[in-house]
Amino acid sequence: MSLRMANIPDPSLSLPPVGHQSAVEVANVGKVYGVRPVLRGISFSVPTGVSLALLGPNGAGKTTLLRALATLTTFTTGTASILGLDLRADAAQIRHIIGYVGHQPHLYDELTASENLLFFARMYGLPDGPRRTTELLERVGLRLKTSDRVRTLSRGQVQRLALARGILHDPAVLLLDEPDTGLDEDAAALLQTIINERQQRGQTTLFTTHQLDRALSLSTQSVVLVNGRLVYAGPAADLTPAEVRALYATSKRRTP
Amino acid sequence: MTFRLFWNQMLAILWKDLRCELRTRQVWISMAMFALLVLIVFNFAFDLRVDNKAAVAPGALWIAFVFASTLGLGRTITAEQEKGLMDRLLLCPVDRKAIYFAKLLGNLVFIGVVEVIAVPIFAVLYDLPVFTGGIIPIVVLGTIGIAALGTIFSAIAANTQAREVLLPLLLFPLLVPVVIAAVKATQALVNPVSGDAPWIGLIAAFDVIFLSISAVTFQYVIEE
Repeated sequence: MSLRMANIPDPSLSLPPVGHQSAVEVANVGKVYGVRPVLRGISFSVPTGVSLALLGPNGAGKTTLLRALATLTTFTTGTASILGLDLRADAAQIRHIIGYVGHQPHLYDELTASENLLFFARMYGLPDGPRRTTELLERVGLRLKTSDRVRTLSRGQVQRLALARGILHDPAVLLLDEPDTGLDEDAAALLQTIINERQQRGQTTLFTTHQLDRALSLSTQSVVLVNGRLVYAGPAADLTPAEVRALYATSKRRTP
Repeated sequence: MTFRLFWNQMLAILWKDLRCELRTRQVWISMAMFALLVLIVFNFAFDLRVDNKAAVAPGALWIAFVFASTLGLGRTITAEQEKGLMDRLLLCPVDRKAIYFAKLLGNLVFIGVVEVIAVPIFAVLYDLPVFTGGIIPIVVLGTIGIAALGTIFSAIAANTQAREVLLPLLLFPLLVPVVIAAVKATQALVNPVSGDAPWIGLIAAFDVIFLSISAVTFQYVIEE
């Protein structure tokens, strides 16, 4: 096992460079809500074309990290960039190249499935919005639900639609925050296919999940956070679910 | 960002807001009912004789507009904020001014529909000659003033716990100039007096100032 455990007081690990431009660079970032630190001096780099699983127990800071990378919030300290664009200075450009799916679907209940996708296609300025919408509804298995309002769809169907919205503009970097919430086996397989296809096309995906088996099988690299600190960054193949759980337990004991 | 994209995004947000409202009819119905109730209550509450009607009735009309507007203004951004939909919208590469103007236009449509219903009822209840060409610029400019300030302050209030209380507390004091000018302009319309102040000009100046300030500051209000 080549598990690389960080020195917890100073966790600054980087994924091994593989000769590509970095899709995501995070340098010593921290986030404080009030007086409570949520992220503490995290550094890592994600090469392009990599699927990265961001793992950690509840409250580890995964969602905060993804929200900050999605430009929804700012880091209190440190710097970060996506495909060379600075997160603070170039937020407007970054929004064109990232996709984000949160663990809440955030869709308009009173619009139909296709109206939701068409609306977001217009937000992204897609010239072929209607064609792309039809294609994606077919892709996520919602072709027969095209004209159904979102509030009439099941939780899993809504999550499929949120996934379709996330890849609507074929983003270079896709951020998925517990995208498997509410998905049935077919939809989970679809998610796996989407992540794999993106990787083959050289696109980068960062995702969080509590399904450790699925996370480690879907990803090529993984990052583990505990209590806002980075405790592992390295190849996903070097970790087993049991080792991840051990990391959670050990780091929780060592971190105040 | 090209103007065409800005325009398309603004229209898309407006279309979405109107579509959602047409399907739920939550805001329009409550606003219209509230405006009608205010007009009816004031009609009974005041002693409206011929000699004081022209002085009192325009005040009732504009109070009905302002109070009813507050109901709608409070919902346009808050509803999206509560469900996390505003965050999702902010994730899109959309100019924040496009969001502001779309919300503003949506509010203008909501308030406008209420006014189209309320003004004829006001004319009947208070028996005043408001159906002249002059009422249109007064109502349009006054409504723009209410919506311009209401949109920005509903965005500010949406981020707070006590949003229902905070919105009127912030909004009403700042609306005083536009309400006074609109009431005076409406009074002058139903009972013309020579040498009256240029109230319409005051409303227009108010609109220009607050539209400009709101459009520029909206980004800082809406983003974390």
